[in-house]
Amino acid sequence: MNSSLFLSQLLNGLQLGVLLFLLSSGLTLIFGIMNFINLAHGSLYMVGAFIGAATYNASGSFLFSVAAAMASAAIVGALIEHLVARPLYRYDHLYQVLATFGLMMFFNELAIVIWGNRPYFVEIPQFIRGAVTIFGAPYPVYRLLIIAIGIVVAFGAWFLIQRTRFGMLTRAGATSSAMVSVLGVNIDLLKKALFMLGAALSGLAGTLAGPILSVQSGMGDPVLILALVVIVVGGIGSIRGALFAAIVIAIIDTLGRAYLPFLLGLVLPPSAANTTGNAVASMLIYILMAFVLAFRPHGIMVSAKR
Amino acid sequence: MKKVTSAVFLAGSVLAAASAHADVTVGFSGVMSGPAAVLGQDQHDGFMLAIEQLGGKFGDQKVNVVSEDDQLKPDVGAQIMQKFIERDKVDAIVGLGFSNVLMAELRRVKESGVPALATNAGPAPVAGKLCSKNLFGLAWQNDTMSEAMGQYVQDLGLKSAYLMAPSYQAGKDKLGGFKRYYKGKIVKEVYTPLGQLDYSAEISNLQAAKPDALFVFYPGGLGINFVRQLGQAGLMGHLPFFSEGAIDSNTLVALKTQAAGSIYGATWSPVLDNAQNKKFVKAFQEKYGHTPSEYAANAYDAAYLLDAAVRKVKGNVSDRAAFVAAVKEAGSTFPTVRGKFAFNTNNMPIQNVYAFKAVKEGDQIAVKKLATVFTDHQDAYVSKCDLK
Repeated sequence: MNSSLFLSQLLNGLQLGVLLFLLSSGLTLIFGIMNFINLAHGSLYMVGAFIGAATYNASGSFLFSVAAAMASAAIVGALIEHLVARPLYRYDHLYQVLATFGLMMFFNELAIVIWGNRPYFVEIPQFIRGAVTIFGAPYPVYRLLIIAIGIVVAFGAWFLIQRTRFGMLTRAGATSSAMVSVLGVNIDLLKKALFMLGAALSGLAGTLAGPILSVQSGMGDPVLILALVVIVVGGIGSIRGALFAAIVIAIIDTLGRAYLPFLLGLVLPPSAANTTGNAVASMLIYILMAFVLAFRPHGIMVSAKR
Repeated sequence: MKKVTSAVFLAGSVLAAASAHADVTVGFSGVMSGPAAVLGQDQHDGFMLAIEQLGGKFGDQKVNVVSEDDQLKPDVGAQIMQKFIERDKVDAIVGLGFSNVLMAELRRVKESGVPALATNAGPAPVAGKLCSKNLFGLAWQNDTMSEAMGQYVQDLGLKSAYLMAPSYQAGKDKLGGFKRYYKGKIVKEVYTPLGQLDYSAEISNLQAAKPDALFVFYPGGLGINFVRQLGQAGLMGHLPFFSEGAIDSNTLVALKTQAAGSIYGATWSPVLDNAQNKKFVKAFQEKYGHTPSEYAANAYDAAYLLDAAVRKVKGNVSDRAAFVAAVKEAGSTFPTVRGKFAFNTNNMPIQNVYAFKAVKEGDQIAVKKLATVFTDHQDAYVSKCDLK
């Protein structure tokens, strides 16, 4: 256990946190403001990954592929909002879960129909390939880029939510969407714009994750679970909470996986430490979620009264 | 989502009408939907290709294939077996899905007495205590490829190895298989949660541990994630990398040159040099437009094996016991894409296991045979099986 390893593990955590933040910021806004549970959010991430990979393979331009991924995810998001979410806003969560779970399966099979069931090839662009030495250990350049993009998006989101009229309405909508509507704001349009924004960010997360992960049907399902944990911990409807929770969860998860077996090894025999360490490490974020739910049921970033 | 495809091959209506025997009905089951669908689809494609080459007939019997999607769900697999046996009255079963599905199907398959060829899984219990007369492992015993990698790393004289696998039964079995033959120092055994997508923390730890060799079992999409991330961390090409599951004909399509340098264990590859394999790879590429996978090869073998067995019993497949015995005998004589094959006493394969390497050829990736690690390899569980 040395400091350079520890610092690269922190970077690993930060990078995972950034991806989680991109994914969960949209989810938390949609849940918080429209009171709509969108299980198909992971599918938007998959759409971003597939479109990003396909356009990059066809055009060779990284920037174009990122733009195309975000745009197509936003369009699919708008379609979902219009066709599925809107009629269900006033219904119970159960109906929303059923409908969006169906969408999730629909998109997974659609991806197989379009791209086949073999995982899809995607490569990191030449200029951001390779590793740089940082804190005395090699670290992939591409992951540093993900962190940088995440910081930019987080700052952009902060500016949008805290400093613009759109953001003001969003915050107001999160507190009481009915009241905002009564005051003469077109809440439907606001909802649609938010849905598309969330979808675009999810698509961005997907296309950034493409070269690291396997691009294939169903790739959005496991990350959706993590995103749900993030929004529960961060507080539903809070972008700031999502950012904070995403980073905390990712760092806890990463450091837990990296060090828990070692730390337990100090008190337990090695084989037992290894098995329990890994098992406990994979439970850490859920334990955290349980604590948050027990002591701050509205999330760590949201005041107790809503 | 249940997909039922049924294919009937007519071998000329006059001939069929003149035939005194009934047709041979084969039930095919495998995962044909969801993220793992590619494996079931490959088996189906390989099986159907072979039947087409055989003119739609096993021996002189017309073949009917009933295909079912087990959705990778054990309960669905068990229902399919019941349907095959009671409604379709099949004469043989091919496929049988992943290990967990196969285990759920086991009882019904045993009771039916029809020959069943598993072209995907070979879990330890089926090779040992729960072995049965009419169930044949045509793919591999699950530990086989990892055992070969353990032996190969041992042969190379690498002093220490770092092991990684997802934390579930197969992951533990595979690392167990590796350790059965590797006698060097195990630096660390890491089990990651099955759903884990990002391995950066583990890869940083691995970098710091500086082992002589890395062995992993990460099947399918997990393997693609892992190999990509290993390469991005700059380890590929510097750390001898051995795997099972991570590199096969399917994942190579997604990884291409990212896989260059990795060594993997397998019982078959498109480059194996024998006439049957050349015929298979060429015809498969022409028909489906991509390189066949290990799974397609297993199922392709299944059709030629059934053909040989039906010939042995002269088309009389209704005598189940004789048909089963014929399948077992034909195991060592049918033309196989693996070059050489036979059934052990526990109905698991006796076959060669190879070390292959993914190498760069221009912009493309190719597979090169490094060594025949085991010749006529038997699994470790055969002594636990009561069959003679």
